[in-house]
Amino acid sequence: MRILTNVNIDWLRWRWHSLAVSWLVILSGLGLVLTRGLPLGIDFSGGTLLVAQFEQSVTEEQVRNAVASIPGEEVVQTYGEPAERRILIRLPQAQGATDADSLERGAQQVADALSKAGLPKFEIANRELVSAVIGDDLQRKGIYATIASLLGIMAYISWRFRFSFGVGAMVASVHDVLITMSLLMFAGYELSLNVVAAILTLVGYGVNDQIVIFDRVRENLRSHRNQPMNEVINLSVNQTLPRTVITAGATALAVLSLYLFGGEVLEPFAFAMLVGIITSTYSTVFIASAVAVLLSPRRKGSGAVSAGAPSGEAAPSGPSRKQRRARAS
Amino acid sequence: MKNIRWKLILIAVVIGLSVWGFYPPQEKVRLGLDLKGGVHLVLRVQTDDALRLETETTVERLRDSLARASVQFSKVDVVGPTEFRVEGIQNDGAFRDASAEADTVFERSSEANGYVYNIRPNIANQLRDGAVAQALETIERRVNELGVAEPVVARYGGVDQIVVQLPGVDNVRRAKEIIRSTALLKLTLVEQGPFPTREAALQAYNNVVPPDAELLPGRQEGSGTAGTAGTVYYSVKRASAVTGRDLRNAQQSLDEFNRPAVSFTLKQDAAARFGNFTESNIGRPMAIVLDDRVMSVATIQGRITDNGQITGISRDEMVDTVITLKSGALPASMTYLEERTVGPSLGADSIRSGVTAAVGGLVLVMLFMLFYYRLAGFNALISIIVNLIFLLGMMAYIGATMTLPGFAGFILTIGIGVDSNVLIFERIKEELALGKTPKGAVNAGFDRVWWTIVDTHVASLIAAAVLFQFGTGPIRGFATTLAIGLASNVFTAVFVSRTIFELVLSRRRGATVSI
Repeated sequence: MRILTNVNIDWLRWRWHSLAVSWLVILSGLGLVLTRGLPLGIDFSGGTLLVAQFEQSVTEEQVRNAVASIPGEEVVQTYGEPAERRILIRLPQAQGATDADSLERGAQQVADALSKAGLPKFEIANRELVSAVIGDDLQRKGIYATIASLLGIMAYISWRFRFSFGVGAMVASVHDVLITMSLLMFAGYELSLNVVAAILTLVGYGVNDQIVIFDRVRENLRSHRNQPMNEVINLSVNQTLPRTVITAGATALAVLSLYLFGGEVLEPFAFAMLVGIITSTYSTVFIASAVAVLLSPRRKGSGAVSAGAPSGEAAPSGPSRKQRRARAS
Repeated sequence: MKNIRWKLILIAVVIGLSVWGFYPPQEKVRLGLDLKGGVHLVLRVQTDDALRLETETTVERLRDSLARASVQFSKVDVVGPTEFRVEGIQNDGAFRDASAEADTVFERSSEANGYVYNIRPNIANQLRDGAVAQALETIERRVNELGVAEPVVARYGGVDQIVVQLPGVDNVRRAKEIIRSTALLKLTLVEQGPFPTREAALQAYNNVVPPDAELLPGRQEGSGTAGTAGTVYYSVKRASAVTGRDLRNAQQSLDEFNRPAVSFTLKQDAAARFGNFTESNIGRPMAIVLDDRVMSVATIQGRITDNGQITGISRDEMVDTVITLKSGALPASMTYLEERTVGPSLGADSIRSGVTAAVGGLVLVMLFMLFYYRLAGFNALISIIVNLIFLLGMMAYIGATMTLPGFAGFILTIGIGVDSNVLIFERIKEELALGKTPKGAVNAGFDRVWWTIVDTHVASLIAAAVLFQFGTGPIRGFATTLAIGLASNVFTAVFVSRTIFELVLSRRRGATVSI
């Protein structure tokens, strides 16, 4: 079976339209953040998170009433399947709490409130207490880590291909991160450690598509010496399209399983990956190649082309180089 | 043909070693806290305590040496944890001679009425670092005494933070108490007391506690156990005859009424000091203070040299006190910054959903690949499954920890396997469409994508490495799983998959590829 063979789509023609769509998504995500604030999970904001395992089933409402007296805004929701009788309770970071025992205070308040409310017997199955110090630390680390992986990958691609491709890959990755974060906002997920891990993974994953296309561009630049850059890129995107679509589809299926069966903790991670896989496929086709064209030296249909190519070919690209050379001649 | 046989044998050996490595997985694969249940703690060592101690000690020594050299001065004050001030010096030359020792640790600067001493930055760093290192060792000893299997005690993030991971611990509250207890033992004279309230104690001094004394809570004699009933207050001398450093040993014992108690013995030089101290204070009350709490008060009957007893405690307190005293005092107090506790039932559920998700992902991908690639789909499946087997085997060999996000790593490894296989298959299709023979197309397909595969894997490895640096336990598990999956995928997607193609094509002349 073969799909999408011999397609001849002028992808670059659509680059401005796609850019507009991307900006629309990103800006509305940004708008949401500006109006509602960035929803930080307990990992980054600090606070108290408890999962209470009840012996008999209780409603969220009962638990919410029980803990309502605790200062601050509590979040109460069913954790996992209702049949498991688990309720998640989250408290924000206690105000001005810096002394030694403050970390425990929220957890103690919840336990006391639940016991007093005459709810069925319960035990605490899961408990996360995070101080603001740790939260701030992780926020900083998360930002550094994202920047480091973006720069690392850009440097690698610049070294292996050419600088314009590296920049193209980075722009596309930043785009993927922003789109994914916007969609996470729309879906109402919080930023947790796992979501940041998904975003970092995405940066590595999204680049796969770009590398495949850039590799093909490099190959086609040798064999189609007389064509302008944008035509070569279009050709390369079209040639690798079956692979791009099938890979994205199959990986999305695997991640879909994670989303459906992976449980409460991994759901935001799986959602971010799912969105990211689709976004990165889209951005490879529209964004990365467009940026690469923008930054590439002009290449007209003339014999002088080979002078433009070497900058990218300076990289050691292994034995296949010889074959390409042979093929091109 | 002979070539293929060797390749197949190599693959079989690697599979065999992997299976042997991780089978049975319940025993061989190390589970993280989020799957096994347990507690993850981050503490901050209050390193200022160590600096304050150094400053106070230096001030004490300075007072001594100034007194010995008969240097006149109006006062010496500790201003902050790292700073003290000397005022009203009569003879500057004599002062400098007598204070030479302080200059090794402190930087002296002149002031209108005397000198300000600030601790030298490099020494401050050494002291802070030493305090954290010592705290680390002490916590390690205590955790070992707790009898937890495979604990982790290590430095963490910031310079003054320590992470402690205790898998499978059930009494988190007790573990936290034991770890944090400074175990600071002092044997010191009681000035006044007991008083029923802190206010009453303050009144006895007209609200001004002399600088050499402090008010500490204690247990009312004859009532319940410490901390539960009848708190009273004592004023005791700050200067202690004996401290936790002077302890030789501590052990569980019984007091004269057969109640739980902790007996301790002192080191030799401390015993001599303690002997002199008790001899010169016969008839006065002495307090045993542990972590700023008066544990017991007794009147000194005669010269005591090398042993003492802490009484009036519960059995649990006895056990825990022995653990903390034996492991030594902490050089500085500590606060908890983070606690993550996972109950074992939740961990078991997580394993179940993680396995379900991984198997579900594998099945979905399997169906997809077989539907789209027919027989070559099997090829992809074999290489993906072999990859997962390698991944498990490698994790078991290097002792990597499996975490809940680690399952996501498994699923992404499946995705990466698909990625490489699709890349190769699509290329083979293209080469076939160009009119190559099946053998030629397979060879060309693998050769041409080799560097693409290397590049994509390196890029993902860069992301995984950053992730490892960034993350804590569970995320590190994910990064490790992903990195190993990437590495072994290069082997399976290229070597294993190609060998299978070659095997099929070598069977008969003119064979075709179903792709």
